[in-house]
Amino acid sequence: MNARDVVLGRVRDALAAAPPEPVTVPRDYRGRRELPDEQRMELLVDRLGEYRADVYRCSVAETAATVAEALGDVRLVAVPGGLDGSWTEELTGRVEVDSAELPVRWLEDVDGVVTSSAVTCAETGTVFLDASADQGRRALTLVPDLHVCVVDLSSVVVGVPEAVGRLDPVRPTTMISGPSATSDIELDRVEGVHGPRTLRVVVRVDG
Amino acid sequence: MSSAFLGIPTPPPRAPYATGHLRGDQSFPDAAHTALDNTQQRRNLGKATATIRGKRDRMADELPDWEELRSAGAALKADVLARLPELLERFEREVTERGGVVHWARDADEANEIVTRLVAEKGSDEVLKVKSMATQEIGLNEHLESAGIAPVETDLAELIVQLGADRPSHILVPAIHRNRAEIRDIFLREMPGVDPNLDDDPVRLAEEARKYLRSKFMSTRVAISGANFGVADTGTLSVVESEGNGRMCLTMPETLITVMGIEKLVPSFTDLEVFLQLLPRSSTGERMNPYTSMWTGVTEGDGPGEFHLVLLDNGRSATLADGVGREALQCIRCSACLNVCPVYERTGGKAYGSTYPGPIGAVLTPQLAGMHESRDDPNASLPYASSLCGACYDVCPVKIDIPSLLVELRHQHVEQSRYTAEAAMMRASSLAMSSAKRFTKAQRASRLGRVLGGADGRISALPPPLNAWTSARDLPAPPKRTFREWWDSEDGREAVRAARREAERGES
Ligand code: SF4
Repeated sequence: MNARDVVLGRVRDALAAAPPEPVTVPRDYRGRRELPDEQRMELLVDRLGEYRADVYRCSVAETAATVAEALGDVRLVAVPGGLDGSWTEELTGRVEVDSAELPVRWLEDVDGVVTSSAVTCAETGTVFLDASADQGRRALTLVPDLHVCVVDLSSVVVGVPEAVGRLDPVRPTTMISGPSATSDIELDRVEGVHGPRTLRVVVRVDG
Repeated sequence: MSSAFLGIPTPPPRAPYATGHLRGDQSFPDAAHTALDNTQQRRNLGKATATIRGKRDRMADELPDWEELRSAGAALKADVLARLPELLERFEREVTERGGVVHWARDADEANEIVTRLVAEKGSDEVLKVKSMATQEIGLNEHLESAGIAPVETDLAELIVQLGADRPSHILVPAIHRNRAEIRDIFLREMPGVDPNLDDDPVRLAEEARKYLRSKFMSTRVAISGANFGVADTGTLSVVESEGNGRMCLTMPETLITVMGIEKLVPSFTDLEVFLQLLPRSSTGERMNPYTSMWTGVTEGDGPGEFHLVLLDNGRSATLADGVGREALQCIRCSACLNVCPVYERTGGKAYGSTYPGPIGAVLTPQLAGMHESRDDPNASLPYASSLCGACYDVCPVKIDIPSLLVELRHQHVEQSRYTAEAAMMRASSLAMSSAKRFTKAQRASRLGRVLGGADGRISALPPPLNAWTSARDLPAPPKRTFREWWDSEDGREAVRAARREAERGES
């Protein structure tokens, strides 16, 4: 017998020896919560602040100016192929489009990256990226040291269940809650270990 | 019971006696004694557990539906165990359809061989590793090294442990027994290319680790990870982390190998909504950890082009065979029970001799690897490594009743003198044949009805510092009451309080 059949056989034997009762899962935790725009915004800003992520508010019309402000005067900026080109119109630095054909190493020279986002959970301050065309492959938001992420308030949901419900399980998904951090040395929090040291979130209130 | 099932089921084997890290080389009391002498470690550990405990409490209290989430989490994991064969098959199918390759490993030896072969086939003599309890359990690093492959731990704490040729002391913060000066010394001594002027500022230390590992992330072709969750209905895997080393390992190499215990499934993708709330709040005491990655098979143009998943038994099916003890398989490795445990706080993780320390380790390790009385097995002392104060149960996000499991294991140890799957099976089979349901009920009832300690209803042989009070006074556990009733009663509480006071006095 191969290992697969052996292991599955053992599991069946184990359950036969002490048959479990069928389980009903109680789902009375909170879900499908809704809050008005201002309250979701307030909650999100508060939570991101606790992670020491910088938050910028703007309107859709102000996107380019705000993205430029959030990036500062960085030299080389990378963007995913599907990003709205108007967002980077006011940047002073050079803008390059990332693609799967480029070796990941090129991202080491990149100073900052701008992406969109899939969904955001206000209660935990978590931005979800799902590798769509306007968010790019996972390495893009990992290797450079500064990540400017644009979030539309309409994509901000209250809690974790609401956010998970909007995901496509098949897409590679990254949940980001503040900059990378470690507490491994005497529990002192140090920010910026392997992921970006700086996370700046641009929230478009009418987006 | 299905009609295809004929005769007595074969008892699944425990994990191999000597492979991996499911057994120390001395009993818990002896190991604890050594640990208690290390005042620096005790101070570091005391501070760490108190801090994390406080954060965890705030994060749990913040959610008005925390208890509802716990109930859902517990039920979901119980459901996984109850339907494990069907869910494993579904999971395998989904992973395969999305381009992953699924391997099955009966035990640690087989898992080590599979992983080592896969790495060798890639022609790599170095692999990146993400903090993973399963690979530690099976002793993968040692096995890779014996085959001439260098595993590089990428989690900062694991790197500190690895460079210091040390053992982890905590599930979540494995190097918490080290202070910053010790860590600087380890880096100066062992890290290639380290700045010789390195000081002990944690920011500088983390920066050195970043520099050292960055080049490895860019050049190493194979990475090995564990998994926090495997989603049965979609084949999705998830790794929860803080530093970004997980993202690096899951994204940059050409080949990813994930080793996952067969119990780590959740039934459906939606169920992540429960565990992604329970785990970070219970573990690091954060609303959410900085990074969580989810991936399903292979994605063209994004991340590794080759994905292997190794599904590991190594004593899990043997644990599942016990209708009571199987509850330990619900564990999501948050480490909350370690941080509230008065015994763990004093002895540290290494005294347990296993990858799984603390309260959960005391119930999981003996079940995965057995308590072989005939060999004077150190694991036989683990069910006694607790004062049964119940704090672990109160914080467990999936409501594992660790105190009752400890009592059950003590009972099995005392009654049968050696606890084997065979014995559990013998008890099981006679009843299971006649009435499956009644058997399960009987097992549950016997657990609750069990009094503390052995047949004489008295606690004995607790480890230091708790032996101070057991030798001075045998704790009576009134036989007419269930364990829980006794536990919840005023004299039960008073007895334990008094015992703990004495233990603390005896220790200082
Ligand atoms: S037993 Fe419960 S509290 Fe302990 S590590 Fe496992 S899930 Fe966490």
